[in-house]
Amino acid sequence: MATLRLGRSRRWLPGLLLVSPSIVAIGVFVYGLIAWNTRVAVSGSHDEVTPYGFDKGRNFADLWSDPSWPPAVRHALLFTVVFVGGALLLGAFLAFLMEKGIQAEAGFRAVYLFPMAISFIASGVVWRWLMNPAPPERAVGLNQLFDRIGLGALANDWWQNPSWGMAAMAVPAIWQMTGYVMALYLAGFRGVPDDLREAARVDGASEWQVYRYVVFPQLRPVTLSALIILGHISLKVFDLIMAIAGKQIITYVPAIATYVEVFDRHDPANGATIATYLLLAVALLVVPYLVWSVRAERDR
Amino acid sequence: MSAQTSVGKPMAGAGARRRVPARPQVLRGVRFAVLLAFAVVFLIPVYVLVVTSFKSLQEADPSTAWSLPRDWSADGWRAAWEALRPGLENSVKIAVSGSLISAALGSLNGYVLSKWRFPGADAVFTLFLFGMFIPYQAVMIPLAGMLTDLELAGTVRGLVLAHVVYGIPICTLIFRNYYVTVPDELIEAARVDGAGLLRTYRSIVLPVSGPAFAVTLIWQFTSMWNDFLFAVFLGAPDSWPVTVMLNNTAGSGAVAVQYNQQMASALLASLPTLLVYLLLGRFFMRGLMAGALKG
Repeated sequence: MATLRLGRSRRWLPGLLLVSPSIVAIGVFVYGLIAWNTRVAVSGSHDEVTPYGFDKGRNFADLWSDPSWPPAVRHALLFTVVFVGGALLLGAFLAFLMEKGIQAEAGFRAVYLFPMAISFIASGVVWRWLMNPAPPERAVGLNQLFDRIGLGALANDWWQNPSWGMAAMAVPAIWQMTGYVMALYLAGFRGVPDDLREAARVDGASEWQVYRYVVFPQLRPVTLSALIILGHISLKVFDLIMAIAGKQIITYVPAIATYVEVFDRHDPANGATIATYLLLAVALLVVPYLVWSVRAERDR
Repeated sequence: MSAQTSVGKPMAGAGARRRVPARPQVLRGVRFAVLLAFAVVFLIPVYVLVVTSFKSLQEADPSTAWSLPRDWSADGWRAAWEALRPGLENSVKIAVSGSLISAALGSLNGYVLSKWRFPGADAVFTLFLFGMFIPYQAVMIPLAGMLTDLELAGTVRGLVLAHVVYGIPICTLIFRNYYVTVPDELIEAARVDGAGLLRTYRSIVLPVSGPAFAVTLIWQFTSMWNDFLFAVFLGAPDSWPVTVMLNNTAGSGAVAVQYNQQMASALLASLPTLLVYLLLGRFFMRGLMAGALKG
């Protein structure tokens, strides 16, 4: 028995050894540092000299009375709703238009997808120009374009609007990520077996009914994937806002707040607390999805 | 099922013939027009970037914002090149060395986790995957401290280390999903012939790994080149990649905004990844799909 087990472990042990540097790296740099960060969050160390104590997690509550925190959460939520909703609907719509084949399909795909290859920092330069809030007579960008083509009424103050600014901030993000959603859905549409559609048509279903009852239900896993991917990108949004607005309070979000707490306010405990909230939000979204994915793979 | 479809086919054909009167063609035209309109909207930022980058400073002002340049000028590009050069050099160093190391690690991990599995391999893989989604802010404060202790803070090597470590999950995922398609029999046969772990890797697995290497290299190169978060938390003026340099030169507090130089800088900073995308788009797509956990 003992020799048998030894024999078996001799089979898998070299593999484990080969992966062990990565296991150690992920263990230390992901899980170890998350633990350490949580330690900083409850340390009560609100400047860079106070030695770490233990505040029993009070900072997680205290943060809500910091005047910049509740707006940051509100901004992140508004951004998420507009960005995730916009990219999902537009991406699905474009895929729907393309799924039965269209002339120059490769060209369209290339155009919708190329923004994915560009950094938010680079595209932020041009979007800051496009979303210039000055009124048409002084403005560059879209406000001027709207004015020229007789749509002057559309001119607005974009991300500098105190209540809806974050919705405008979602526009560049939608531009950047729609192609990705389109590609996911296009693969989903093409994965629906022709036999299924054909069978429904034979049963007298109209083309709309074929979509409604046969094709769309098959796309639910794609929608779930896209929601998770967009959702976690949205919660973490940082580069785009830094490039367009910098650290202004009007577009403050948790990811920016961590940066400001660390570099400007020199408050490690607050920075770590915000980062922990961010991690919890992402974990709520991603962990069930990961478990579902790994299980689905095992069942296949 | 098969009987149904074979009976169904002529009927569907008849139905299609009945409905044929021009409508499908019209619908096709409408679909094409809508797609084209969206394509034009998607390209607006590119038009602005290119056109403005070739204007002279006098011309790059609001009054002629949307027109083509009257005199094409390379001043913006020259200034952009001067300003960004150190950043471009750092980005090349980081993205090239980082993506090579990432791909090597990903390949070995993916091989073991798909073909040379040990007890608990699935759990390890799931724990890896979570590392792909975490907001890096949640590790950044201790990470900066740790790099300082290792004397890697603010260096190119420190940035490469961070990129490689946090790239392990996605690289492992891409290779693992790819190797699942290699028949187990090949591996078994090599084992029976007495080949060990590394021998089997070299003689069976590595020679067919080309596409997965392409996907991983492109994916990692792109994300390292475009990274801003790690650079701004862990970098220093000496090691800043082009994204940080670009963001600094495009700072909103600038006295007179030099739109031509800004747009040229943004284009210059995006050229490498755009070229990769245009030339190797196929592999780029596969990396994207892997990111959604679809193999």
